[in-house]
Amino acid sequence: MSIVLLEAKNISKRFGGIQALSDVSLTIRKGEVYGLIGPNGAGKTTFFNVLTGAYTPDQGEFVFAGTELPTGKPHLVVERGIARTFQNIRLFREMTALENVMAGHHIRTDSSLFGILLQNRHTREEERLITERAYELLRYVGIERFADTLSRNLSYGDQRRLEIARALATEPQLLALDEPAAGMNATETAQLRDLIETIRHDGVTVLLIEHDVKLVMGLCDRVAVLDFGKKIAEDVPAVVQKNQAVIEAYLGGGHHAH
Amino acid sequence: MQPWLHAYAALGVDAKSLILPRRGSSIPARLYLLAPSDALVLYNLLTQVTPTLNTMETLLQQIVNGLVVGSVYALVALGYTMVYGILGLINFAHGDVLMVGALVALQVAAYLQNTWPGLGTTAILLISLGAAVPVCMLMGYTIERAAYRRLRNAPRLAPLITAIGMSFLLQTLAMIIWGRAYHSFPPLFPTAPLQPIEGVFITPVQVTILVASAVLMVALVLLVNKTSLGRAMRATAENHRVASLMGVDTNKIISTTFIIGSGLAAVAGVMISSNYGVAHYSMGFMPGLKAFTAAVLGGIGNLGGAMVGGIVLGLVESIGAGYIEQLSFGLLNSSYQDIFAFVILGIVLIFRPTGLLGERVSDRA
Repeated sequence: MSIVLLEAKNISKRFGGIQALSDVSLTIRKGEVYGLIGPNGAGKTTFFNVLTGAYTPDQGEFVFAGTELPTGKPHLVVERGIARTFQNIRLFREMTALENVMAGHHIRTDSSLFGILLQNRHTREEERLITERAYELLRYVGIERFADTLSRNLSYGDQRRLEIARALATEPQLLALDEPAAGMNATETAQLRDLIETIRHDGVTVLLIEHDVKLVMGLCDRVAVLDFGKKIAEDVPAVVQKNQAVIEAYLGGGHHAH
Repeated sequence: MQPWLHAYAALGVDAKSLILPRRGSSIPARLYLLAPSDALVLYNLLTQVTPTLNTMETLLQQIVNGLVVGSVYALVALGYTMVYGILGLINFAHGDVLMVGALVALQVAAYLQNTWPGLGTTAILLISLGAAVPVCMLMGYTIERAAYRRLRNAPRLAPLITAIGMSFLLQTLAMIIWGRAYHSFPPLFPTAPLQPIEGVFITPVQVTILVASAVLMVALVLLVNKTSLGRAMRATAENHRVASLMGVDTNKIISTTFIIGSGLAAVAGVMISSNYGVAHYSMGFMPGLKAFTAAVLGGIGNLGGAMVGGIVLGLVESIGAGYIEQLSFGLLNSSYQDIFAFVILGIVLIFRPTGLLGERVSDRA
């Protein structure tokens, strides 16, 4: 159970005068649900963006499944097996739910322009499999009945589920969820929690950024806390909850110059 | 004589005909000192027009001509609209890709005719098309890779100006390679026109243009809507960043878009040259501008819009050219047909900048 899947080594990222991440190191083990929490502006989403290749870190590296991750080339990171969702939903709005999931599968296809123009058996077979798999994933997250609905017309909660299905379509080893419960009501949050449990049970490691402390504490095996771009704690939830620095960061300890 | 009549005379327009329009006269009588290519183009156009105006046959004939011209515009417009949809860039060099396609095909056809005199015209057509399409695809790829990619995050004006520069560059290179002369394009189609309806003529070239355009357009729509590549293209068009974070190699998709658009332009170039019988280094400019107009008319960024816009523009232009003489009480003749495209462009931009089918005016940064 304690095989290391992702190791972040001394990650730093600065935007102008703001040190968004400073020297953040953490280790995620295969099969766990790892929580990343912290007050607003602590650098959680920046960490996601650096991890997924959207930004290049100023310093540090990620080692994923034994080898270093490429920086600045997000699609290569996805290819390596890291998929994400977005804090502000970023679906392909003009595509149906099914097409969104199928688009997520693009990286696992090898359909060349040539193959598509010829419509050879390989291409057709691949397309059939992608479609089947996409339906499966929609069923998995519970929105199969909306397969042909344009994603922008889905309800908020269903859009969040669709983002998860699209991310899973890339066949990740690590699924990074950026505040998946944001804006959800209690019922939806409970369903989300079940879904994340299922995903973990099916062998995908989960990295979770979340504000909902209850959700994080109930779901995560281990939690890291970021504050002003620095990691101030990392442990099992019960220990982190009692950590003095964490309590101060959340309640405003007064020793930070705001 | 009025001074303005002298001005017309200098332009090669028979001034008397402006004062005394001869009803029912055929238009060629008024064309004088035009460039040989224009004369040839117009001659071809006009020989497809029955001499008597104001009849049902004339209207039908103009509709046929309009559909033919329109489907060529549509093919070229697809290239503009695909690139705009994905990059938000008006690729003004697109028309010149068409020109290169026509000239490469011409070169290959001439070579084949000299080397193997016995080779059939269909074989020559297919081989020259088979050469022109990959050359243009490679060129489209190179243009994007060399000129536009490094400007991906530059302010919008920079790639636009670069596109105009690229257009000049291609024309100049073509002028160096093929000279300033108007080359006559070998007739690779049977010339005897068909007469589906009494008094309405359509040449085999025109039939081929209609069929080939329709097939290519259907194929493109299927590609964009039903394939993995198409989904990746649409995803990239909606949001580059998110598409790449979902595993789409956006650079590759953008390259592919240029490659497809350029391939279509090559086909359009060969069609135009086959239809009018000429090819020269600046032949891409006007069709390019018209196709851009068609794309804007239909709603730029929208594939269906490019097709509708192309056909509508072709029809308006063709029908307009047939009746412009009556409409303007003999003041203008069909050589002024370009007026329609640009009047339409103006009207669309003022009253419906999103075009006929367009809902989305890109606001991407």
